[in-house]
Amino acid sequence: MSKVLMKGNEAIAKAAIYAGCKAYFGYPITPQNEITEYMAKYMALSKGVFVQAESEIAAINMVYGAAGAGVRTMTSSSSPGIALKQEGISYCAGAELPAVIVSVSRGGPGLGNILPAQSDYNQATRGGGNGDYKVFVLSPNGVQEATDMVRHAFYLADKYRNPVMVLADGMIGQMMEPVELNIEPLETIEKPWAADGNLERGYRNIINSLYLNSKPLEEHNHVLNAKYLEWEANEVMVDYYQCEDATVLLVAYGTPSRIVKSAVNKLRAEGIKAGLLRPKTLYPFPSKEISALCPQVEFVLSAELSMGQMVQDVRLAVNGQVPVYFYGRTGGVVFEDKEIVDAVKSHLGGVK
Amino acid sequence: MSVVFKKTRGLTDTPLSYCPGCTHGIIHRLVAECLDELGILDQTIAIASVGCSVMSYEYFNCDSIQAGHGRAPAVATGAKRVHPDKIVFTYQGDGDLASIGTAEIVHAAHRGENITVIFVNNAIYGMTGGQMAPTTLVNQVTTTSPFGRDVSLQGEPIRMSELISTIPGASYVERVMAADPISVRKAKAAIKKGFERQMNKGGFSMIEILSSCNIGWGKNPSDSLKYIKNEMAAYFPLGVYKDKEKPV
Repeated sequence: MSKVLMKGNEAIAKAAIYAGCKAYFGYPITPQNEITEYMAKYMALSKGVFVQAESEIAAINMVYGAAGAGVRTMTSSSSPGIALKQEGISYCAGAELPAVIVSVSRGGPGLGNILPAQSDYNQATRGGGNGDYKVFVLSPNGVQEATDMVRHAFYLADKYRNPVMVLADGMIGQMMEPVELNIEPLETIEKPWAADGNLERGYRNIINSLYLNSKPLEEHNHVLNAKYLEWEANEVMVDYYQCEDATVLLVAYGTPSRIVKSAVNKLRAEGIKAGLLRPKTLYPFPSKEISALCPQVEFVLSAELSMGQMVQDVRLAVNGQVPVYFYGRTGGVVFEDKEIVDAVKSHLGGVK
Repeated sequence: MSVVFKKTRGLTDTPLSYCPGCTHGIIHRLVAECLDELGILDQTIAIASVGCSVMSYEYFNCDSIQAGHGRAPAVATGAKRVHPDKIVFTYQGDGDLASIGTAEIVHAAHRGENITVIFVNNAIYGMTGGQMAPTTLVNQVTTTSPFGRDVSLQGEPIRMSELISTIPGASYVERVMAADPISVRKAKAAIKKGFERQMNKGGFSMIEILSSCNIGWGKNPSDSLKYIKNEMAAYFPLGVYKDKEKPV
């Protein structure tokens, strides 16, 4: 298949259908509406299910029902809408249901605005739902990677029976880029656990997150945690740029990482050996990868479109080996490469 | 000797967790008998809710999905849309359906989802210890209306069957009660009709069953049944509120 020029949101929706998504449930919110609109048309044309729900809460609970009944399903939303979905995401995690949630984040807090932002890193990686649970979080840096990651999200969701979030930002959702979609059918796996109303299998299936007694719930939490540890060991994805000889390490994710890449080039042109480590999975976070680069660098700088959220994970990864600095813009303001260059220079040569 | 009465195949052998005297057990049996008698038990997905019936997935002998508080109609929508030929029903109490889940029940009816809703109205939050529900009767004493429900502060009880019946997408809405043998038989007929409506792809059906909570009400089981008949049914009139098959 050749490359086509597509808007991020539409490409995400199309990639989901190619990945075998059979049911989409959504609620209008900017800047992700094109996903819902695309699904409204093309789910019908591909004999899938589309429901415009009465709320974000209802949409994620429809996902819970469809996933529990054994079908590949997804929802999408943006920051305040993802906040509402947290209840259902916790239930999906607790009941071990595969589901894909696309978050095209915008400025906050509250209604904030509809401009690109990365202030939902904590919302995505920590979640606002109750209980000891984790959501797998993938972070694309453009439209092509967004479509690849949507496909990967369905794979991971089925493999681990867990909700997987693709955390895009308003830029990815709204910009057009050339993409080549993977149209190979994504392998389907047996779901002998699904409550799909078929007792011919010889036993009853129950989808549930309720464990009234303490020991069984503790055991359940250990089972869930074993999955998370497995992700941390096997599923971390990271992209390195000019890191081999770097003496300054920049960490950035999503579309802003492309601006930081440009800053690395400018710093290199001035003789400053900068490198960029881009986490492609925000949870599991590439802590080992960041830690491994610490012995060769003077400091680490986390650049984000937020007041400083991922930097907390960077600090945990660095664990005091070298100083960790932060540079961020927020509220929908996008930094320029020059700002990153200046921030790096301001920290060179130690504490002033 | 021939068997004249036996436990329905629609229920598992798990002992019910309901308080002695509560009519949830009767209603469970009615639902289970209907599923068995209609021959749909093996193709059914039950959606359990939050409240006294939170464990209903342990009792109904079919596939089950336990839903968050109030969300059962949304969960049912997800399951039914991906398996339109299966039977999907929710089993919800009045705190679940008439309070935290009002958006979900209204819009499931509004979309005309082809599901059956079993709505057990006992005018109180039973599981959490007897708090006031939207359906709690005027002047009724609960733990959160210790001086009796005050209309000036807490409004009048909400009538869900009447409300849902005004929605074009609702196909069949009936209110029955589980207060004596006659009303229990009528309740079973209504439940069966609801499932038949779904089997015929007739659209959204809701059967509201006035039920007792002798513990929460502070009454003995016998007086509780009288309370259903004399007090609850007076405010929540029994009857068919909507019966309109979808045009085929």
